[in-house]
Amino acid sequence: MKKAKKRVIPGFGISMGVTVAILSVVVLIPLASLAVFTAELGWKDFIETVTRARVLSSFYVSFITALVASAINAVMGLILAWVLVRYEFPGKRIMDGMIELPFALPTAVAGIALTSLTADSGFIGAFFARFGIKIAYTRIGITVALVFIGIPFVVRAVQPVLEKLDGAYEEAAMVLGASPATIFRRVIFPELFPALLTGTGLAFGRCIGEYGSVVFIAGNKPYYTEIAPLMIMSELQEYDYASASAIALVMLAASFLILFLINFVQARNNRLLKGGNA
Amino acid sequence: MEKRREDSGPFKWLLIGISVLFLVIMLVVPLITVITEALRKGWEFYKEAILDEYTVKAFWLTVEATVLALLCNSVFGLFAAWALTRYHFKGKKVLTTLIDIPVTVSPIIAGLIYILTFGKQSPLYPLLKAWDIKIVFAVPGIVLATIFVTFPFVSRELIPVLEAQGTDEEEAAALMGANGLTIFRKVTFPHIKWAFLYGVVLCTARAMGEFGAVSVLSGHLRGKTNTLPLHIEILFNEFQYVPAFAVSSILVLMAVIILILRSIVEYLGKKEI
Repeated sequence: MKKAKKRVIPGFGISMGVTVAILSVVVLIPLASLAVFTAELGWKDFIETVTRARVLSSFYVSFITALVASAINAVMGLILAWVLVRYEFPGKRIMDGMIELPFALPTAVAGIALTSLTADSGFIGAFFARFGIKIAYTRIGITVALVFIGIPFVVRAVQPVLEKLDGAYEEAAMVLGASPATIFRRVIFPELFPALLTGTGLAFGRCIGEYGSVVFIAGNKPYYTEIAPLMIMSELQEYDYASASAIALVMLAASFLILFLINFVQARNNRLLKGGNA
Repeated sequence: MEKRREDSGPFKWLLIGISVLFLVIMLVVPLITVITEALRKGWEFYKEAILDEYTVKAFWLTVEATVLALLCNSVFGLFAAWALTRYHFKGKKVLTTLIDIPVTVSPIIAGLIYILTFGKQSPLYPLLKAWDIKIVFAVPGIVLATIFVTFPFVSRELIPVLEAQGTDEEEAAALMGANGLTIFRKVTFPHIKWAFLYGVVLCTARAMGEFGAVSVLSGHLRGKTNTLPLHIEILFNEFQYVPAFAVSSILVLMAVIILILRSIVEYLGKKEI
């Protein structure tokens, strides 16, 4: 630590001042007001609000669709990152640029496009309707929207790690006679796993809170396709700020927990990379 | 990269096939849908829909909110990245974590916290009312929500670059008597300009499309507090599908431009290093 050292570079006061001032106005004070407002609600009312059947069911829908979407994203993200790093083929640059599309495309646009595609009259929906599978206005629809939203997170987390991976270990394993499947399972996958987990965790966190793309495709039927952010929205529309805050606090706790777990995995991984023990 | 063993044929093409199929179904087809649906009733109808008075007003509000959010987050990003990488102080880690909070918070919650802070039940409300400042269900609320959801985008790009850069050059400049502004302009900024631009591009992308947070705070007054994404929602819910997709096509175009800009900035930044 160089704590005792005098600051040579000027401007500490003003840069800290501006940083803390903007941070307080934009993030800290508003977040604190959520805590204050929920505290006024009292413990009993808080529990009662967040354990209402409809609210619990919305938590469940948010959780389960985000979980399934993240699992799909983990697999597809790994394949996409692999293809983009390891193979050469025409159109690769365009494919690489396209990965970011869900990030740049406004969620409302994604929402209405996916809805009209997967509704029974839509191009994809009509195909699945023949097998009796409905996508739009069901939980499958929500999952589809969340897969769309989450895919860049996984690809962009895995890609750089895969790029930096030292080929020597793979070659050594190959020379020693390991099959490609074994090499992947025993040599490559353990290296990628922390990045994959981080990316999937970020995608999961984003999916839990996602609203824009989901409201259109979900159909918003109570107990079936009502997600937690939508519950907050409908409480707000009835000016029931207390209930809205209580539900929001539960969701906030969940996303902080996810963030904490991601940081934990990353810190552990950094230690391993620097040669320490887990 | 030649040293790497290429996989044997069929497996490689199977994986590429899966990837292409996935991207086509998940990304390309939805984009094409927007365009074909927008043009389904012909050019004249399309032109009418995007030149509609409310669409144009929503467009300008979106631009306004995006530009203001960009300004605020750029100023914040530069100061925060400077403070966090050029000095040692207690609580640095906490500050870094706090800056990152907005990206993990659901947009709906982002909207909610501003309603609680500036809305009718807030202790601040009488004060705001006395000064005749309207935030909730008005344009300032929309701007605040947009700032919140894109808050760390610029600082996050700058911090790693500044960290890697070290402080030697700035210290040398300071010892030779340069003031803070000169050091920043002549020494620091040239190193971070591509990272800064990259952050600005990402910030723009997210800001112009924000829906959830803005939706909570807007009050949905057509022509007054309606941004383009909100306008799309209204049209879609009124079963005006073709106009909804026509308005969407504007945002698709903006998204594609941003993706291209992103690639250019990334390419130029890499070339310079």
